[in-house]
Amino acid sequence: MAFPTSSPSSVPGALKTLLWPLAALLLLLAFNAVTSDFFLHVEMRDGRLYGTLIDILNQGAKVMILAVGMTLVIATGGVDLSVGSVMAIAGALAAVLAADAHAGLWLILPACLGLAAVLGSVNGWLVSGLKLQPIIATLILMVTGRGAAKLLTGNDISPVRTITFDFPPLRFLGSGHVLGVPFSIVLVALIFGLTVLIFRRTALGLFLEATGNNETAARFAGLPAARVKVLAYAWCGLCAGLAGLVETGNLGACDPEQTGQMMELDAIFAVVAGGTVLTGGRFSLAGSILGALLIQTLTHTLLAHQVRPTVMPVYKAVVILALCLLHSPKFRAQLARLRPRRAAAGI
Amino acid sequence: MTPVLQLNGIVKRFGGFAALRGVDLEVRAGEIHALMGENGAGKSTLIKVMTGVHAPDEGTIRLGGLGISPQSPREAEAAGISTVYQEVNLLPNLSVAENILLGRQPMLGPFIRHGEVKRRARAALQRLGLDIDVTRTLGEFPVAVRQMAAIARALDVRAKVLILDEPTSSLDAKEVDELLTVMRGLRDGGMGIVFVSHFLDQIYSATDRITVLRDGGYIGTWDTASLPRLDLIGQMLGKPVVTVTGETVAEAHHSPPPATGIPLLSLQNLAREKSAGPLNFDIAPGSLTGLAGLLGSGRTESARMLFGIDPATSGKITLAGKPARLRTPREAVRHGLAFCSEDRKAEGLFPDLSVRENIVLALQASRGALRRISRKEQDALAEQFIASLNIKTRGPETPAGLLSGGNQQKVLLARWLALQPKLLILDEPTRGIDIGAKGEIETLLRSLRDKGLAVVFISAELEEVVRLCDQVVVLRDRHQEAVLQGPAISMDAILRVVAAAA
Repeated sequence: MAFPTSSPSSVPGALKTLLWPLAALLLLLAFNAVTSDFFLHVEMRDGRLYGTLIDILNQGAKVMILAVGMTLVIATGGVDLSVGSVMAIAGALAAVLAADAHAGLWLILPACLGLAAVLGSVNGWLVSGLKLQPIIATLILMVTGRGAAKLLTGNDISPVRTITFDFPPLRFLGSGHVLGVPFSIVLVALIFGLTVLIFRRTALGLFLEATGNNETAARFAGLPAARVKVLAYAWCGLCAGLAGLVETGNLGACDPEQTGQMMELDAIFAVVAGGTVLTGGRFSLAGSILGALLIQTLTHTLLAHQVRPTVMPVYKAVVILALCLLHSPKFRAQLARLRPRRAAAGI
Repeated sequence: MTPVLQLNGIVKRFGGFAALRGVDLEVRAGEIHALMGENGAGKSTLIKVMTGVHAPDEGTIRLGGLGISPQSPREAEAAGISTVYQEVNLLPNLSVAENILLGRQPMLGPFIRHGEVKRRARAALQRLGLDIDVTRTLGEFPVAVRQMAAIARALDVRAKVLILDEPTSSLDAKEVDELLTVMRGLRDGGMGIVFVSHFLDQIYSATDRITVLRDGGYIGTWDTASLPRLDLIGQMLGKPVVTVTGETVAEAHHSPPPATGIPLLSLQNLAREKSAGPLNFDIAPGSLTGLAGLLGSGRTESARMLFGIDPATSGKITLAGKPARLRTPREAVRHGLAFCSEDRKAEGLFPDLSVRENIVLALQASRGALRRISRKEQDALAEQFIASLNIKTRGPETPAGLLSGGNQQKVLLARWLALQPKLLILDEPTRGIDIGAKGEIETLLRSLRDKGLAVVFISAELEEVVRLCDQVVVLRDRHQEAVLQGPAISMDAILRVVAAAA
């Protein structure tokens, strides 16, 4: 039938988006499996899973969590540069609450995640209410946020200090295990599941895509475009807060200078590599997870092959560039123009 | 009088579409020449040909008797053709003087002679009777002054021909008078001026001759004094007045005026400053109301005001007997209004989203995000409208951006119909779509009206308005001039109101 009147769902389209990051990831995994004997090796020791693959998942957790939130913001046609600083603020608040106030997790979790979400919604308000360019609006918090984190941890003697704490429940967020699986991976699954539930099981995801695709049309169709945008930024802030807790919990300390440093770029890379375009519209949460895994796997691969960390960004940039080109319809069209010769020969 | 600018047989094609089909234009030294035509007539394309933005596919341009073929606005300006656009094409962040002399600054070696720049700028502005501080940035001044700066630039390059493309659209009455005075002064100084404006009063008070284009074709050139307004409009719309007058009301099929009762919507002095109104009319359920008028008469502005996009600043809206305020599209939708913008691409369609998603969006928005329309229901809605509106698409999952213009329009109609609105406002729903789809949309509108939906219909094609509407609100210069009902609606009656002398 030439004109199928109904296709079962939009799955083929979604799969097409996932195709390239998935292919790149599999390629990279295959390369590692060939060059390293123990790369695919996973074993259970003392009731915990160990292995390079588990490491990749564990260390990629923060970027994956950030990428989930960043996907929503990018879907609106915006970008959030402040996620690294929000991680630092949330981490600093958690460390202070645990070390100085001896608060329980029942206070730390809602306080940190709540603050992060509020910071995110301020970003959203700057963008949708004051019509600031997203890059500028979030740059403000990126710069001031780190200062705020230092204020949180600082005291009269040392204005900037690393706060260490010995509070097992908070450490568990970053380094605990559940059924042998690192808890950070469980958190990724939780936040991913929750985001899918909130944005794909309701119509919010569609509203986001519509707003990102054509904001004027969205407003004219009676969509609450401004509120949808604020929500995306708020959720992105919340994800950043969670990532900050994971990092702080993992280290058992918070250094407001270092927490989440440059993480916003990794998160944006992950989203773009996952097939969500920066101009907004269609988004793929699963793609962003794949993108984050791709970046983490790449980092591992480069480390395993003794590439110095200082030159590592060059390799990352090449992979990102290749993926972006493959996502670009214009580039693909140019590639296709090279193909007819072969096709003609084949036919 | 000798022609300073002469265009002969200009043809310009974009792909397979001919935007200009053999257009002639002769501008004499020392005249103001009006270039008239409705939307899509080819005025902008012709201006772009004269100013070197587009190269013509055929035809010749002669300036002062010599053939020229400018390749860029810069070359055209150097040859002696300057342009002032409605949205002034200067740089608001530079000073007035810099703008006037940009690209031609007097130099001393590698250095700009700033004193000389200021002196020349001041001199050019003084010729226009304007004495301002030329060192201030252009952006600080109102549009009227910016336009004067653009004209001053033309003076400084000693332009032989000055093209003014809708310069008066964003000016108030006093500023318009000043501009027209300046134009007359330049004309008397021997400049040839091409003037584009939708305001007939300005055309008749300032211009010497009129050239009319229609659908990319050259219709003719007349002395302004010898072309009555009604004839001019007839030429622009392609309905010679004789036949217009001959068209009888009997040809149109109007339903009897709806039974009196509480009108669905009633407007009292509804207006938005400097934009539209005041509007005073009622809309009955199950009726088709047309907004008629020339381009720039305030049709779209009125529709946007009604739908809360550019909300009214004064006046009252009564909806089903109750006072209502429509300050945002969302509020308007909540009150049962729906609006299809004339700019489908920019303000209506979600090109990357599927036909199904485009159709369900407004309904989903009105239900709220949490009460998601189930996929089954979405599919059913999409199928239903694809079938009932005969939307030609590969399937409901095709991105809407891939559909043809007419089918995109139907998708937008489907989006609003899914919401079952009380009042549907359609701004140029039939523009740029093929005849077949046009007919389908007209038929659809009639059947919707018969089902009790009230429709506000805007079209530049008066025939369409006359054919379809039960009530026609005639707008001129952004004011409501008349409301025609039932048998009083005719092409002739509308044209007489549109052309009425001030």
